[in-house]
Amino acid sequence: MTSPVHGSAGSHAAGTRTDDATATSSPRTGAPVLEVEDLRVEFRSRGPVVNAVNGVSYAIAPGETMAILGESGCGKSVSAQAIMGILDVPPAHITGAIRFEGRDMLQMGAEDQRKIRGPGVSMIFQDALSALNPVYSVGDQIGEMFRAHRGTSKKEAKDRAVELMDRVRIPAARQRVDDYPHQFSGGMRQRVMIAMALALDPKVLIADEPTTALDVTVQAQVMDLLKDLQRDTGMGLILITHDLGVVNEVADRVAVMYAGKVVETGTIDDVFTRPAHPYTRGLMSSIPVLDGKGQRLNPIVGAPPSLARIPPGCSFHPRCPMARRGDGGRPDCTSDVPPLREVAAGRRAACHYSEELLHG
Amino acid sequence: MGRYVARRLLLTIPVLIGASFLIFAMVYALPGDPIRALAGDRPLPAAVQAALRAEYNLDDPLLVQYGKYVLGLVQGDFGTDFSGRPVLQTISERLPVTATLTGVAIVFEIIIGIAAGVLAGLRRGSFFDNLVLVTTTLLVSIPVLVLGFVSQYVFGVRLGVVPVAGISEGLYSYLLPGLILAAISLAYVARLTRTSLADSLRADYVRTARAKGLDRRTVVVRHTLRNSLIPVVTFIGADIGSLLGGAIITESVFNIPGLGRAVFESVQRQEGAVVVGVITLLVFFFIFFNLVVDVLYAVLDPRIRYE
Ligand SMILES: Nc1ncnc2c1ncn2[C@@H]1O[C@H](COP(=O)(O)OP(=O)(O)O)[C@@H](O)[C@H]1O
Ligand SMILES: [Mg+2]
Repeated sequence: MTSPVHGSAGSHAAGTRTDDATATSSPRTGAPVLEVEDLRVEFRSRGPVVNAVNGVSYAIAPGETMAILGESGCGKSVSAQAIMGILDVPPAHITGAIRFEGRDMLQMGAEDQRKIRGPGVSMIFQDALSALNPVYSVGDQIGEMFRAHRGTSKKEAKDRAVELMDRVRIPAARQRVDDYPHQFSGGMRQRVMIAMALALDPKVLIADEPTTALDVTVQAQVMDLLKDLQRDTGMGLILITHDLGVVNEVADRVAVMYAGKVVETGTIDDVFTRPAHPYTRGLMSSIPVLDGKGQRLNPIVGAPPSLARIPPGCSFHPRCPMARRGDGGRPDCTSDVPPLREVAAGRRAACHYSEELLHG
Repeated sequence: MGRYVARRLLLTIPVLIGASFLIFAMVYALPGDPIRALAGDRPLPAAVQAALRAEYNLDDPLLVQYGKYVLGLVQGDFGTDFSGRPVLQTISERLPVTATLTGVAIVFEIIIGIAAGVLAGLRRGSFFDNLVLVTTTLLVSIPVLVLGFVSQYVFGVRLGVVPVAGISEGLYSYLLPGLILAAISLAYVARLTRTSLADSLRADYVRTARAKGLDRRTVVVRHTLRNSLIPVVTFIGADIGSLLGGAIITESVFNIPGLGRAVFESVQRQEGAVVVGVITLLVFFFIFFNLVVDVLYAVLDPRIRYE
């Protein structure tokens, strides 16, 4: 049985290719399956408005891996949750466009949006122990995808759960299908999450720091697994992380986020070897420190701003070694907002002075 | 699990012995002479008083009295009250009354308490939520005695919608007393449900459930309610014991001939056999329902295991 989302997908995807010339996608992968355009998320509850996401745009093609990189608290998770449609509205207030196979999810009804979650876009979270429901067996929670979306019988859903557990390399899947999340190790639990997210062969998988909570050796295994699964299924992978090593190994492209904005995008090679934004350069040159959770970024003096009080102009200017006040008609970093613009072939950055960085 | 339950059941024996002895000692320590009080204004002949004393072992020291009582117990003899009625007969007559009253109270506690808590928890900050907060605060702060007499007057005497007292109208006569008995517990259940539900709604696994594309009903009922009701079920189970205790007051206010009133009256008459028998029975129920709760807890939450 195909879901209505799948049914209409082909025609919309065809339209996308011609409609959206601005979509940046890696040349080897073709038309984007998911495009985010000028995504903004505000939280309006008590206290000041929190501008968690301030105009994020990117596109992801089938089979492509895009890393989203940035210090914690810069809106990575919130933007992912906005795409998944799992933020509470209100207090969240979401604008922009999130096109899945050409259809804007923000314009469709809640029910249509819901049907995309799972078979269309799927998500795994950082801490699998708290992200899995403690009172249901892992087989139940994986099988629930089939029961809820396809009306599969309990027994068959359980068989499918065992297959998936095999596929994510959980040993003795048949014996362990009735076990509960707390009976698994951290790495195995994250595999359960992955099995659950991949149950309906999603077109896009969003992995929000999938290995941050794991031991270093287990991290590598889980990343390898994700990579293999992506190769087998051809899904697009959005990998949120602050681990530069992971990005370097698995991602095709990277979007660097700062204070709720994408400040630089490009291929891994370009961005890593010749950053076009001072913030990216800061990240790259930062010394990795071991803090028990593996390598972490230790970048740049100061801390990212509170998203309730983002500095005017370029939001990075208070921490930027290159920041300057405008003179002789040149842009002023403290008051002029730098747009995300094409600074070289296939790469964009949001800095008034990218060219100086790129060309010395 | 089976061994755990068996061990817990074995443990009830020393607890029951201890409890019964304590109560026995308390009745023994009450001031006044029960036999003389029994006779009222016209003193009984000294010979009769002595005979009664001997029959009820009232002149023996505490430990001897208690020993004789326990000796009777193990032979299935709960003793008799001063009018010669076997205590066991009193219990078997009055237990169904108290059980019905407590049962009605528990049903109110579950239905009203959980429903109010769930609705308030799902719509926090709404008018209904505030209504629940105010009402529950009032319920726990007004003494049961006051609540009982006022509601008895308003609903029974003025409005006449329920019987004023007694149990002559069957289950119907238990409605108001049951509600009053449940009042405080009900307020706690509503509060607990509300908080627990609000906590669960914020849980990561609820976010996951939404990310899985489950419909709202499944997210709320399957992935939120079940988890949030675990502490509520635990509370209700443990609360059955305090409802049984509360029945002593409620039964007196509404003139309901249950175990509670039997205790109340027997304490006044210093009828040790009745007081000790009934209260030990209540203690047993209390322990038993606590065990049921612990077992239920393990069934509801797979992380709990007893070895
Ligand atoms: N429900 C919410 N209400 C208000 N602020 C929120 C909410 N959720 C997230 N935020 C804020 O949004 C900002 C971005 O958070 P997040 O996306 O989790 O950052 P990260 O990049 O580390 O994933 C944080 O400052 C956080 O406090
Ligand atoms: Mg995050």
